[in-house]
Amino acid sequence: MKIKSVLVGMLPVIGFVIIWESIAQLKLVPKYIFPSFSAVMIEFYHLAVSGVLLDNLLSSLFRVLAGFLLGSTAGIVVGIGMGSKESVNKSFHPIFSLLYPIPALGWAPLLMVWIGINDLLPVALIFLCSFFPVLYNTITGIKSVDREVIKAARTLGASDGKILTTVILPLAIPNIFTGLRLEAGMAWRVVIAAEMVAIPTGIGALMIRSESLLRMDVIIVCLMVLSVMCLASERFFQFAEKRFTNGWR
Amino acid sequence: MPTIELRNISNYVFSNLNMKVFDGELLVFLGPNGAGKTTLLNIIAGLVDYKGTVLFDGVPVDKKPTNERQIGYLFQNLALFPHLDVASNVGYSLRIRGKKKEEIAQEVDELLKLMRIEHLKQRYPKNLSGGEKQRVALARALATSPRVLLLDEPFNSLDNGMCKCLRREIRQIQRKMGITTVFVTHNLADAEEMGDRIVVLNEGKIKQVTSKMFNDAMDNGNRAQRFQDCLHCTVDCYCKRSKSKEGDYESVDSPACRM
Repeated sequence: MKIKSVLVGMLPVIGFVIIWESIAQLKLVPKYIFPSFSAVMIEFYHLAVSGVLLDNLLSSLFRVLAGFLLGSTAGIVVGIGMGSKESVNKSFHPIFSLLYPIPALGWAPLLMVWIGINDLLPVALIFLCSFFPVLYNTITGIKSVDREVIKAARTLGASDGKILTTVILPLAIPNIFTGLRLEAGMAWRVVIAAEMVAIPTGIGALMIRSESLLRMDVIIVCLMVLSVMCLASERFFQFAEKRFTNGWR
Repeated sequence: MPTIELRNISNYVFSNLNMKVFDGELLVFLGPNGAGKTTLLNIIAGLVDYKGTVLFDGVPVDKKPTNERQIGYLFQNLALFPHLDVASNVGYSLRIRGKKKEEIAQEVDELLKLMRIEHLKQRYPKNLSGGEKQRVALARALATSPRVLLLDEPFNSLDNGMCKCLRREIRQIQRKMGITTVFVTHNLADAEEMGDRIVVLNEGKIKQVTSKMFNDAMDNGNRAQRFQDCLHCTVDCYCKRSKSKEGDYESVDSPACRM
């Protein structure tokens, strides 16, 4: 049954590849503009074997991990404070409400001047991109915990700290993971954009270099890698969420 | 087990309320929605603000936070922890007190046995029936070895048969353990079967107090007649209850029974 459903899901992908390859083989468009699927796969092989792809991927991965880890950790910590203490929420809510709507890439010109064009720039942008959504999802998760359940824990002898760690946070986990899952994919999009405009290494930089050389095959390889990384990040958090909430949701 | 005394309790519902629950007694507060029943339990538990004094065995507990009052509270919606299985729900209070795993397991097993739900140990609340949830919540409340047990309309969502069964079981357990218990309900049948004394509460005021001893002294006529005689005119509406089946009563929240 599972194999059958996987096969059904693969059919459109296979169909898409066949159509792509057929159109490219018709040679209606020059191959440097529209390379065939097979040419892209051959280029993928070359990039992988030469280590170019791995080097750039690792550069991007490091920035994503650093920015995302810092941003989401800060988002969870501040979110816990704002979600559980009304005074903290009242203090920070106005400033965060003003900053949240600004797209992460909107900060790029300012950060280029403030921290320079170096590895810290994409890390800072990913930090901003991850921080706010994780923050708001954490606050929502904490605030949506049933008040009666908290009261019950209190009557059972739990202190505020115990209630937070044994009741509120475990019950807020689904919301927190929703934020992490969505922003894990977004972090990859932001790192690519930052590398395109400012950094000489990483998948984004490889793409922009390939564009100037009219190497569409390399660009498509990079897009494929980006797609796989976004999907893998989201799936990782989906899996982690299931592990944490298995049985009770 | 302590005597509970409420002295000059005032808040947004009550104005100078005075009441005493005796050691080992099961006192029922009976009244319609909005009478202040749950608020009264929350005052005893320290979950809401109030003026006045709550005393356990003559000692004021007003300054004590809820988690230090040693109470067992069965909430109206039961408030089981959805992320914990039955054994973990019941053992929650023992775990946060830092008891050893073996001790927790042993005490949990005893409580599950007492409530006859040993077979549900590994289940999560979402996979339990209403009656099973009720038993788990009661076992969890008893796990704290409470000095005072507070029961907030625990039979609301249950069918008649399950209600009767649980009423009997809770009564037996309460008598066996001798825990001073406050039970609030809007259901006359619950009040009659459970209470040593019944306090009729409406709009934050005590309207009537009647005791089991008085009821039991009455003839063995039907229960509806007995209550008609012993309760004050403020609860006359109860007598308009349905008598389709013996022991079935309309809730005091029904339009015919508004006080």
